[in-house]
Amino acid sequence: MTTYAVKNLTHGRELIAFRIGEQEFCVNIMSVREIRGWTPATSMPHAPPYVLGVINLRGAVLPIVDLSLRLGMKPAEPTVRHVIIVAQVGPKVVGLLVDAVSDILTVTNENIQPTPDIANEAEKAYARGILAIEGRMICLIELDSLFPHTESEAA
Amino acid sequence: MDMNEIKEIFFQECEEQLAELESGLLKLNDGDRDPETVNAVFRAVHSIKGGAGAFGLDDLVSFAHVFETTLDCVRSNKLEPTQDVLKVMLKSADVLADLTNAARDGGSVDEARSRTLIRELEALAHGEAPAAAEAPAPKPAAAAPKAAAPAPVVEKPPVNDEGFQPIPFSFGDFDEEPADRYVPTCQVVFKPKKDLYAKGNEAVLLLRDVSRLGEMSVYCDMDSLPPLDKMNPEEAYFSWKISVTTDKGEDGVRSVFEFAEWDCDLDIHTIEEDVVGEASDDEELPMQPVPFDLSMLDEGGPSAGGEEEPTAVEGDAAAAVAAAETATKVSQAASRAAENAKAAASAAGAAQANQAAAAGQTIRVDLDRVDRLINLVGELVINQAMLSQSVVENDNNGASSINMGLEELQQLTREIQDSVMAIRAQPVKPVFQRMARTVREIADITGKSVRLITEGENTEVDKTVIDKLAEPLTHMIRNAVDHGLEMPEKREALGKNPEGTVRLTAKHRSGRIVIELADDGAGINREKVRQKAIDNDLIAADANLSDEEIDNLIFHAGFSTADKVSDLSGRGVGMDVVKRSIQALGGRISISSKPGQGSVFTMSLPLTLAVLDGMVVTVAGQTLVVPLTAIVETLQPEASAIHSFGASQRLISIRNSFCPLVDVGRILNFRTIQANPIEGVALLVESEGGGQRALMVDAIQGQRQVVIKSLEANYTHVPGIAAATILGDGRVALILDVDAVVAASRGQSLKQDISLAATG
Repeated sequence: MTTYAVKNLTHGRELIAFRIGEQEFCVNIMSVREIRGWTPATSMPHAPPYVLGVINLRGAVLPIVDLSLRLGMKPAEPTVRHVIIVAQVGPKVVGLLVDAVSDILTVTNENIQPTPDIANEAEKAYARGILAIEGRMICLIELDSLFPHTESEAA
Repeated sequence: MDMNEIKEIFFQECEEQLAELESGLLKLNDGDRDPETVNAVFRAVHSIKGGAGAFGLDDLVSFAHVFETTLDCVRSNKLEPTQDVLKVMLKSADVLADLTNAARDGGSVDEARSRTLIRELEALAHGEAPAAAEAPAPKPAAAAPKAAAPAPVVEKPPVNDEGFQPIPFSFGDFDEEPADRYVPTCQVVFKPKKDLYAKGNEAVLLLRDVSRLGEMSVYCDMDSLPPLDKMNPEEAYFSWKISVTTDKGEDGVRSVFEFAEWDCDLDIHTIEEDVVGEASDDEELPMQPVPFDLSMLDEGGPSAGGEEEPTAVEGDAAAAVAAAETATKVSQAASRAAENAKAAASAAGAAQANQAAAAGQTIRVDLDRVDRLINLVGELVINQAMLSQSVVENDNNGASSINMGLEELQQLTREIQDSVMAIRAQPVKPVFQRMARTVREIADITGKSVRLITEGENTEVDKTVIDKLAEPLTHMIRNAVDHGLEMPEKREALGKNPEGTVRLTAKHRSGRIVIELADDGAGINREKVRQKAIDNDLIAADANLSDEEIDNLIFHAGFSTADKVSDLSGRGVGMDVVKRSIQALGGRISISSKPGQGSVFTMSLPLTLAVLDGMVVTVAGQTLVVPLTAIVETLQPEASAIHSFGASQRLISIRNSFCPLVDVGRILNFRTIQANPIEGVALLVESEGGGQRALMVDAIQGQRQVVIKSLEANYTHVPGIAAATILGDGRVALILDVDAVVAASRGQSLKQDISLAATG
């Protein structure tokens, strides 16, 4: 694991980086509750396609979202190698299905570049910026804007 | 325990007292004239005042004081609790609640309102107060409040040889056995002079104070009473002989007469223990005992003055003699009267203790602790199910001892679960009582006359449901009164009772709580609703909607048919907010309306956290749980019983009646083509709407008790699904919402909200 750290930690914030297909994304570590392996989900009727279903997280019912599909990429085909990032979004907890978790990054605001103008509306809605780290490009995602009121529109 | 905790307890108690107050007032409003009800109301206000005083909540104290004074007039029959009086009192109860809330949470109260009420209350108290100085009728003994047992006597036996330290033990319950008591008895002869009355002292009050010291028996000596024509109204004629058993001793008794000592002949001496027996035995007494009914003390005492005294005694004589018939010992009557006086006049402490004893002992527990327990028990049930399942998988021989043990474990967990659930279950009464207030306020503002009838207040439901019920109910009640009911004149013109009725009912039905709100108002004006929906682009102008669908339009956002927007309702945020909050609770709301006769809103809510007996079924590869309460019977359809009906409908004939066949898999979008009914199993269900449907599932796995897990907590409400649960294998299974599925099969789309929104 490579950890990119800046000297001034007091201004830094920590992000969790993960991989979906060829692309890398990251979210604020404060919203991540835990990371667990994939277990088959119970599918939900009338759910949007990116909601894979619900699983049992120690007695709580946790919806699983195919983040790839949610971000407008091709649907994931979950295997045992996939991981679920259990994240707090607003008052609710959701599981985000991703290919793999790669890094914990500590960055300052200066490290974050604004989203380029070329991005279309869908990407603009969730992308909060881009990080250039060791030649990789990592897109910072704002979970709250990905799940406004978490699926309440789905009903 | 710091001050804040104590304060918190005070506010909790305030809430209880306020509820007590309101229910008491409502009882009075309904014509209840039981003195105990009046007393309960009085006690509630008094307790709040007392507590508030301790915390220096001056606003609360001053208002409670005025309120209490007026209530006291009612209690002493000086003020007839008419509807008008009660109206003021109910409003005062509301203000008292506001003041309590303001004291707890900060914030302000409508001062003008409380000042107006203070004036009204004072007017009531003064207006009719001491007009007639007649002796009030004594209360029947049965209605007299029973006070707690006399102060417990603590006995301290000597330390014995083994160095055993005895624990002080309360003999309060055994006070009929005075044999070994080391409590001195004082004999008091008390003969007031006329100066005593002239100075505003009152013999009755002194006697009452003596009665508070301990068990007392009192005899009134009327020998010196001259015939009426010779009687000087300013003179004092009576004397009393009192024997009181008290641990305060002679000095304690003397201190009662401290301020009267110079105006009376007073002889106090302690008598030997064996005299007690004699004293309480009337037959050996040299003096003819006159039963003296102290219940008049309840009435706040007659106005002072020597001439008052004889009349009062005479007035009471008849009732007192009647009382004496039943009471074999005068001392008993006296002590009861003393208790009576104590309960009525002293702070509500004694009565509260009495109430608590009647209601059984309770403790206050932090809700979080209960919730933790409930969650743990939920996990326990799931684990137990998982364990049973793995045992079944590994052991085909069902008679092993493990299986028997497991069955017992299952029963135990079930019992634990039931008991734990019962902890959280609370009657809906407090919410309903709050609605009474809402109705009053709105009726006031709108100038309508409304009567709220509540039924099934003691229906129990989980506390979380109760807490979240108040808001939508308030909205709906407002709507019912503001929009539903017509103005009194219009009602009269229509031949209706000018007083509108709003009926709030709660009941348990098939594992859910059903709350119904019915008004006898105008009903929904469908033409208007339809036009409004078209104007607001909710529906197309040529849309063909059934009456039911039109009625349901009012649940859409931005919808209000009231011509003018009032403070109360009509901003168009009402019903869709109501629907959403009901849905968030996992509930449903429906409306049925008859023009000119009113509307009925029916809310069906789950008793969340409750366990559910369910049938585990397979539908299109998915495991679903169907609540057992909804299932009437299960059957294996035969090809000859299936009949096609119209384009896509199929009916199944069951004992020569035809019942629509509903493919659960299709309704829930698990599959696109209809399953072959012959390969599956049909579950005959009865829905809330009353109709029967045969639900098609692929197979039945078995019957199981499941713990309801909220889908809404992390996800959202799913149409057709009531909740989720976790099965023995640790996977999530969905619990079918039978009513919603049946409704969907009637042609109402499960995704009605979206389809309507899409057209707008």
